[in-house]
Amino acid sequence: MKFLSDKSIERLRAGADAPDFEGTRYRLLERVARGGMGVVYAAEDTKLERRVALKVLDLPGKNSELAKRLMREARVLARLEHPGIVPVHDVGTLADGRVFYTMTFVEGQRLDKHLAAVDSLPDRLRLFLRICDAMAFAHARGVLHRDLKPANIMVGPFGEVLVMDWGLAKILREGAGQPAADEDAEATVTGSAPQEATPGDTTQISEATGHGTVLGTPGYMSPEQARGDIRNLDTRSDLYSLGALLRSMLVTTRNSRLPRPLEAICAKATAETPALRYESVTQLGQDVSRYLDGLPVTAYRESLLERSGRFYRRYQTAILLIAAYLVMRVLILVFMKR
Amino acid sequence: MSQDALTQGGGRFPATRWSVVAAARSQNPDERARALETLFAAYWKPVYKYVRLRWNRPPEDAQDLTQGFFIELLERNLLARFDPRKSRLRTYLRLCVDSFAANTEKAAGRQKRGGNATHVPLDFEAAEGELNSTAMGPAAIPSPDSLEEFFEKEWIRSLFALAVEDLRTLCVEREREKTFHLFEAYDLDGSDDVSYEQLSREYGIPVTDVTNALAWARREFRRIALERLQEICASEEEFQREARSVFGWDVK
Repeated sequence: MKFLSDKSIERLRAGADAPDFEGTRYRLLERVARGGMGVVYAAEDTKLERRVALKVLDLPGKNSELAKRLMREARVLARLEHPGIVPVHDVGTLADGRVFYTMTFVEGQRLDKHLAAVDSLPDRLRLFLRICDAMAFAHARGVLHRDLKPANIMVGPFGEVLVMDWGLAKILREGAGQPAADEDAEATVTGSAPQEATPGDTTQISEATGHGTVLGTPGYMSPEQARGDIRNLDTRSDLYSLGALLRSMLVTTRNSRLPRPLEAICAKATAETPALRYESVTQLGQDVSRYLDGLPVTAYRESLLERSGRFYRRYQTAILLIAAYLVMRVLILVFMKR
Repeated sequence: MSQDALTQGGGRFPATRWSVVAAARSQNPDERARALETLFAAYWKPVYKYVRLRWNRPPEDAQDLTQGFFIELLERNLLARFDPRKSRLRTYLRLCVDSFAANTEKAAGRQKRGGNATHVPLDFEAAEGELNSTAMGPAAIPSPDSLEEFFEKEWIRSLFALAVEDLRTLCVEREREKTFHLFEAYDLDGSDDVSYEQLSREYGIPVTDVTNALAWARREFRRIALERLQEICASEEEFQREARSVFGWDVK
């Protein structure tokens, strides 16, 4: 009888844990990553002949509370049709009893890795605005992400920005265009995050998402989320995470100090008290856009000198042309008087 | 999908309901012998290695103790005393081994228990080699506090090894030797660098065939291992708990 090394046993376990696609339209290609509740695989949709990302839950049994929640909320997520949100294609139960989802397979880079090649501050801000677009849409549909961080944002080969891993998302009872929620106003949904976990990636995930359970990632999690005040979370909690995300996108080793208006925007978004934050992601995005356009931002009261400096920067060309014209006129007048 | 459908061969649930504990209590001597044989196959190596380390016995003594223990199990009908509500079978057996080894030590001056028993030929040399093998990894050598974990780990190794042998036999029966070779190359011997593409080139088959063959082999391995596991569990509840220990997921 063959001796099995520890490594062989681990591989056998992983193999036995591989989803059983018998009777489905999917064919397993490779394991991509492990998420909080299951494993993400690259799979082939044999009917449409395309590659998809397939996330399989660890726990079998479609009647389990977790599976029911996941199935229900995945349907809600599937309605978040937005270019910045990875769409869910299919939900089902495998022959081995585990619930799975398929979604678009995103080939791209995680935001933190992508940023290494983006030096320009305006380019980084434009990337951030696209994240805000996706989140504003999700909030309008009554969905909180609750785990926004660089590792959960993907940038595709054509510059498309995708908010991934909705595994901790919360469905709010209110929300325009939101599908009817049942008595349980909160649930956990899952999405695809074809990404490897990084060291120090400290997302804490629990099957239960009730009051008192801490879910999220330290550093990006709002104070109320960190306290486990789950039931009272609203869109301002994601706003906090977006503020922390913005700061992490802008502060680099070469650029450790932000311009004051940007620092103020980050500070307002990450205010300890939710009431002091922006009222919506749209407002946050508008402030960032105003900064990009050289306009005053609502988060920062400028001094006269700063306002003059910004005015100069915004109309620099016109001011220089006018100045040049005036200098020329003066020179001509002086020359003619002689 | 119905629960019935889930319990078919493709699912996680073995169709077999035969249990070694029930068989050991049977009035039928053939059933009892089969029960012992099943237990023996799954446990002799873990027991041997455990005795070597926990009781610090030299190989020859450990061999006698191992053989003697299983004979005692049969002669004193120890399995009939096992209560699945109180513990897992493997925990019960480990405690029985401890008790047997302690009693044997006390009786060292008298006739050695098991010493005059008829020995079943076992590959103790291989077990000894495994114990000393670096393939087990330095972390596998237990500290005195973690011998229970060590016993569990060796029990899982033994269970998987038996399931792999069953899978090999199944592949031969179904003329799917190539499937077993692929399984062996990727899941048993493979390094992290081995890819489906490499195997495809090596065996001259499309990557899809490699994928399908491995999916089949893993499915069968899982089914066989769960069947083996269920045989050595006394109740459905114990089976579920052990499946979680072995595979890391629930069988419900």
